[in-house]
Formats: sequence, structure tokens, C-alpha cells
Amino acid sequence: MHPGGDVEFDVAVVGAGVVGCAIARHLARAGASVVVLDRAVDVGDGTSKANTAILHTGFDTEPGSLESQLVVRGRSLLADYAAAAGIAVEPTGALLVAWDDEQEARLPSLVDKAAANGCADVVLVGAEEVRAREPHLGPAARSGVSVPGEWVIDPWSVTLAFATEAVGIGTVLRLGTPVVGLDVGDEGLEVRTPDDVVRARWLVNAAGLGADRIDEMLGHRDFTVTPRRGQLIVFDKLARRLLTRILLPVPTARSKGVLVSPTTWGNVLLGPTAEDLEDRTDTATTAEGMARLLADGRRILPDLGAEEVTATYAGLRAATEPGGYQIHIHGDQRFVSVGGIRSTGLTSAMAVAEHVAGLLDGAVATWSGRPVATPPPVMPPLGERQVRPMRDPVRIAADPAYGTALCHCEQVSRGEVRDACHASVPATDLGGVRRRTRAMNGRCQGFYCGAEVVALVAAETGTRATTLTRVPR
Amino acid sequence: MSDPAVLVVGAGPAGLSAAHELAVRGVTGVLVVDREASAGGIPRHCDHTGFGVQDLHRAMTGPAYARRLADRAAGAGVRIRLSTTVAEVGADGSATLVGPDGIDVVRPRAVLLATGARERPRSARLVPGDRPAGVFTTGQLQQWVLLAGLPVGRRAVVVGAEHVAYSAVLTLRHAGVRTVAMVTSLPRHQTVPAFAWATRLGLRVPLRTSSRVASLDGHGRLEAVDVEDLVTGVVDRIPADTVVFTGEWVPDHELARRGGVVTDPATLGPRTDGWGRTSRPGILAAGNLVHPGETAGLAALGGRAAGRRLAETFQRATVRPAVGSLLTVAPPLVSVVPALVDPDDLPDRLLLRTAAFTDRRLVVARQSGREIGRHRLRHSVPNRSLGVPGAVVGAMVSDGGPVELTLI
Repeated sequence: MHPGGDVEFDVAVVGAGVVGCAIARHLARAGASVVVLDRAVDVGDGTSKANTAILHTGFDTEPGSLESQLVVRGRSLLADYAAAAGIAVEPTGALLVAWDDEQEARLPSLVDKAAANGCADVVLVGAEEVRAREPHLGPAARSGVSVPGEWVIDPWSVTLAFATEAVGIGTVLRLGTPVVGLDVGDEGLEVRTPDDVVRARWLVNAAGLGADRIDEMLGHRDFTVTPRRGQLIVFDKLARRLLTRILLPVPTARSKGVLVSPTTWGNVLLGPTAEDLEDRTDTATTAEGMARLLADGRRILPDLGAEEVTATYAGLRAATEPGGYQIHIHGDQRFVSVGGIRSTGLTSAMAVAEHVAGLLDGAVATWSGRPVATPPPVMPPLGERQVRPMRDPVRIAADPAYGTALCHCEQVSRGEVRDACHASVPATDLGGVRRRTRAMNGRCQGFYCGAEVVALVAAETGTRATTLTRVPR
Repeated sequence: MSDPAVLVVGAGPAGLSAAHELAVRGVTGVLVVDREASAGGIPRHCDHTGFGVQDLHRAMTGPAYARRLADRAAGAGVRIRLSTTVAEVGADGSATLVGPDGIDVVRPRAVLLATGARERPRSARLVPGDRPAGVFTTGQLQQWVLLAGLPVGRRAVVVGAEHVAYSAVLTLRHAGVRTVAMVTSLPRHQTVPAFAWATRLGLRVPLRTSSRVASLDGHGRLEAVDVEDLVTGVVDRIPADTVVFTGEWVPDHELARRGGVVTDPATLGPRTDGWGRTSRPGILAAGNLVHPGETAGLAALGGRAAGRRLAETFQRATVRPAVGSLLTVAPPLVSVVPALVDPDDLPDRLLLRTAAFTDRRLVVARQSGREIGRHRLRHSVPNRSLGVPGAVVGAMVSDGGPVELTLI
């Protein structure tokens, strides 16, 4: 494939989360031949799928830090990209609300920090104004801080769009492929998988929760990863009327607090908890975690308690020690490690990719192909405020499958689920269908549509229903 | 399409019965819309007998009953439009219909919501654990097995011990799945004794009373259900690849709430009078949307009553909102339907629900502290309807304040 030897790819990226996919997209556009490897069967199936779906401003990052720079830059890049790709974004703004003296005393310093991060529009808001803006807040709400630039975004479509674009310009996506070993050779690196060896001239570690282990394979101990579990509760769409903005907690020495946020799907999100764990796979919710969230939720928005819960889930964030973004290049090994990309990673991903490309340029890496300037792919409209196929007479007229409801709660048509199974980065399991279409993510959780969705996905993907639902033999 | 006179949303027992009643009483232009591809609602996938006894006076299977109701309505001149979603009922009374043929906005003179109820799923019950496959509600399981013919698993735990839980055991058996335990937080089962005995002795399914599901184990697929004894606090790990959450019916009230209809805090369904009228003129509600978890027969009778009264006044008057005095309940009673009663227009029956087993059987109705009626119940079992004649509140005074129903 490449002149001068058996190097198959310019770059191998380990990790198909939002950061890995953003890096793959960026380098592929720069002319690199790229392979992305991930143990999961779908892109964005680890840390990236269970975040709080906020397009951050970086107002509360450490001023001058790499994270601060990349979040600010990434936000601007992603806002433009999402608009071009048709990814749902709602410019809700956020309101930090203080609930006691200690929190209230912290507010001025948060405004100063925001200013240092270039967020000049972050201002103090008096208690009366807080209540006027969010009348459903609990009675103990005090003054707050307004952060107009914090928006909500559809996080799943972001990773998918990056992967779709990368694949469209030749990136090879190897899902279900764990990396079991790494060897440094003269011409580049050998990435061992259970089935074969992938050769690449450069390696980028974007393995999230597994990033320290990949680093270790090449002898580096720059950081360790501790899985930090965040449990979240999604409330019914009928709760959406209770707030207009993201309601953020004021972090104190004792607690980071939980947020209540609208989602682009029209729901309300409450969470996350923050629990440091040993087990890097423990995405279970707990009775204590949910009880604590509900108690916080009722304090923040008392009326939330009367609304139905739609879903509960837990995500694992890749907290690193030392903290902060850990992006290192090891030119001698042709290796770039991207660790410590915590919850701001969705926002910063495009800037992280740009930064990684800069490090590679600095190391005089060259690519086998020419740069390409493709437009972003157009993603299916999943936002509640977008025109979805079932509300689009033109699409229904062109294909009645877009007017045939499959998932009633989320108003997902058969056409959309069919499309997801045949996309260039296709859904291969039910989780993939959920993230690409919202099917089965609604209030009934499959009471009405579960059987039909499974039957359709089985037919469209050629996967047996037994496999899709993991029925034991 | 031309505007229907009455738009009925939902082709289940309540909607089809209301539409049939309207048509036979001379209302032309009745349109029933259902989002599913076939009419009949939940009975479509309940493959056991006993349907039709309350309303049609003969017993048949769920699918047969579903067909019968649809045929009757169609035979009376009702139009039934399937695979069509009512996306919205607007403040102006218009309704947006979406289907494979496109999007239509219609302006009926009245909308009758009969959107039914669903079982509260695992997530809404806040059951801790990961999100493995193998977690069902009864409705999902029945469609899985009876409509789609999909594989289920081997060993199941059924959560709940009311009628529908026993129905889930039968569906599991049909699918070759052994039910290894039933779990109820109450001290006894809540079905008829014959079902409970047959299941426990005939199918050898143990019932764990005063117990709850503490968590689910398993990552990709369910591996076990942790069941906690609420009396001793002991948690048992029951290996299972399937769990079915039954009962805990929640009305599908989204259209009603988005349409500005006042809901009842106890049932979560629209607050109605005995004839399905709601707080909004021109919008009615009937069936399990109003009284979640009742039998198909009671839903059908409720639809029929709403259809009858709507037909009687349809030609000469606009459809007025519900009026009347509010009925309230005291614990252990949790709800009463209808919640609004006009003493000059009493409903045939009131449906009560209790949260706990109790020996108290006497329902006493009081208004402003004055007793106005009483009725002895045949049973007072949770998760089952407790029917009381409407006459029990017949002596109430209009504008005399709310009427409270108590068990003594």
C-alpha cells in the first residue's frame, strides 16, 4: 500500500471514542492513512456515550492550562461543525445556583476565573433574577452566576459524525478489536490484536479508560487512570417545562454537586454522581447513588419528583493522576498519548485533534496522501427541536417508511432504524440503534416497540435476534 | 382528508367501544386512529380467555376480542385508520396525524383520548444495576413471544403478583421459559385464588411475598436478580437470565397533558367526570388512560359510557368540560375514578384502589364531615379494582365541597 516497505498505515489510533474519532478525522483530512482500533463493537461505546451532553465554554477550567485552551478552541470548532453536520445543539445557557453561604461566597471567584478563561459574558445574578429566570427552582435557591455560552448538544451524533467523515475519506475502522500488545520497530509500530498485527508509522493512544495500559505497553507511566463512575437519571419529556437552562452546582471543597440539564432529545438529565472505583467495567447504578441524585433533584427542582423517570445509567469517566489533560509525544517511539481527557472531552475533541496534529507536525511526521477538504457528513436529525422525519412531509412522501412509526415514545420511524443499520458506520447492536435513532430510549423502554425493533434490526443487519439480545444457549 | 366529527385516539377496548356507541347512536364521521398496524390494543397480545365477559357477555381470547371490537365498530360505520400517530392535539382542538401517507391536520368537533396505559419499566422503578438484556415488561414480553416470535431465555423472575403477573408466567411458559420466582412487596398475591394456587402448585412457581428486587446482576445479559426480604433484610441472589416487571400501570397521558388537560395526582390520568369529560371542552378521555390497570371489559364499558353521553348531546351543544364535586380518598385508599361527580348525573360506578391489604370493607362517603352514603366491598385487595355503585355519593350536595371516601 505504501512505498518503501510493509507499513500499512500512517497512523493507528487506539480508541474509537469521541477523541479517537476526532483525531482520526483530523489526520485523515490532513492526508494520513488511518486505522482506528477499539475493543467495543461501536464507536463512542465507552466513556463517550454516558456524558452530560454539554457543550462547555471552559469557564471553570484552570486558566492557562492546556485543558482551558483546548476547551475554548474546541467549543468554537464543534459549534460550527455541529451546525454544518445537522447535529442538534440548543443554546440554552447555564445558571450556577448557590444554595448556602459557602456556595454564595464562591460566586465572585467563579466570575473572575471565567474572565481569565476568556468568558467575559459570565456574570453574577441576584437571587430575585435567578428565580425570575427559573421559576421552578426550589425555595432555598439563592443568587447565582449566568454562563450564557454553556449549551446542550447531542453527544452521540458528534462521535458518529467524526467516524463517518473519517471512514468516508478512507479511514479503516476496526471495531471489536482489542489491542493486546505493542512493539516498536524501525519503520514504526506493530499493534497486536488477537487475530493479526497492524503496522503503523505512528500510534495515537486515545484509549480513555484504558489509556494508561496502552502507555504501559510502551514503557510509559506518565499517569494512571481511575474510573470515576457517574450515575445519571433521565426524566420524562413532560419534565422539560421545569427549566430553560442548564442548572449547574457551585463546586465547593466538600462536593462538586450535581446538575440538572435539558437535553437535545427533550428530556431532563440529573447527575452525575462521582465515585472512584477499581473496576473499569462497573457501569451499574446503585440504590445509594440514585437516592442521592433524587434528593438533590427535589431540592433543585421540587416538581421533578412528580415526573416519571425514563432511564437511569452510569458512565465511567477516565480520571487521571496527575489530573488535567495528559497529552505527550514520544518522538523516538512515534507515539502520542492522549490521556486525562475528562468530561470536557466532548467539547474539546476537535481541538485535541488539532493539538495532536500539531505535535506530529513538530516531529516532522509526513503523510502518504494529500490533504482533503470534505464537508461534514449530514447526520440524521435527532434533536427534539429539529424537523424529524416523522414531521417532514417531504421525506414521508419520498419514502413512506419515514411516516411509519416504530418507536412511539421517541417518534422514530422504521425508515430511520433501517438507515442506521446500513449507514457507513452502521449500528450492529441494539445500543448502536438506540444511539443512532433514539428508538427504545423513551418512556416505555420497549413496552410497545421492543419486539418490533428487535425483529427489524435482526432482519436489516442479518444478525439473529438471539445474538442481539444475548439469549443464553 | 375531511374533518371527522369525532376523533378517537386509540383503537383499544375503550376507543373502539366509544366509537361503536357513537356510531350506533347516529353520530356520523367517527374516526378511530391507532399507531399500531392492527386494531384492538393490548388484548391483541393477550392469548388467554376471559375477554368480553363484562361488556359483550361472552368469553373469548384477547386476539378474538380485539378483532370483534374492531369489526363491530367498522360494521357500525366507524372509520379506523391504523399505523397512524396522533402527534399533537392543539389548543385550538386540531389534531396532527402522521402516517405512511403523510401528515394531516384535522379539526374534529370532539377528541376522545383512549391511549391506554403501560407498565412502569425497570428504569422508572429505579432498580439498581447495569443495563443487561433480558429485562422485560409484560406488554413487551407478550409482543415478543406472541406477535414477533422472538426467543426469550431460560429462567425468569416475575416481579409482581397481580393478575398480569400470572399472565406473564403463562406467556413465559409458552416461550419455554421457567419462572423460578415471583416477587411481590405485598404480604400476599393479588389475583384470584385459583390462579395463585395453580401457579404455585401446578407450575411450581414459588411466590416471595414482602420482598422486592434489590438489584439486577449482569452486564451484557441478565445473570441474577437480587431479591430482598423486606422483613428480615436478607438478600438472596436468584440466578436468572430474564426478569419481567409487571403491573404498576402508568397512563399514556402525554397527549392529554400536552393538550392542557388537568390530570389526577393519584392515577396520573386525566381527571374526568363519569362520562369522560375532562377540564378541556371538546376533549374527552376513557379507558385505562383514566383508570390504569383495569380490565379490558371495564375500559370498554367506560368508553361506551363516554360515547353514549357524547352522542346524546353531540348534535345540539358544544362538548362542555367536566363539572361536579371532587371526590377524594383517605389511606389506605389511593384513588377514585371518576374524580368529579355531579349529583344530578351520577355515574353507574366508582372505581377505587387500595395500596394495602385491609380487613376494612366498608366504604363511607362524607361531605363536609357529614356521612352521605356507605357500601360494603366484596374484597379489599391492592392492585385490583374495588367497584362501588355511584349511588354511594348520591346524597351529596352540589357546591357542598369535596366528598371523601374512607374505609372503615
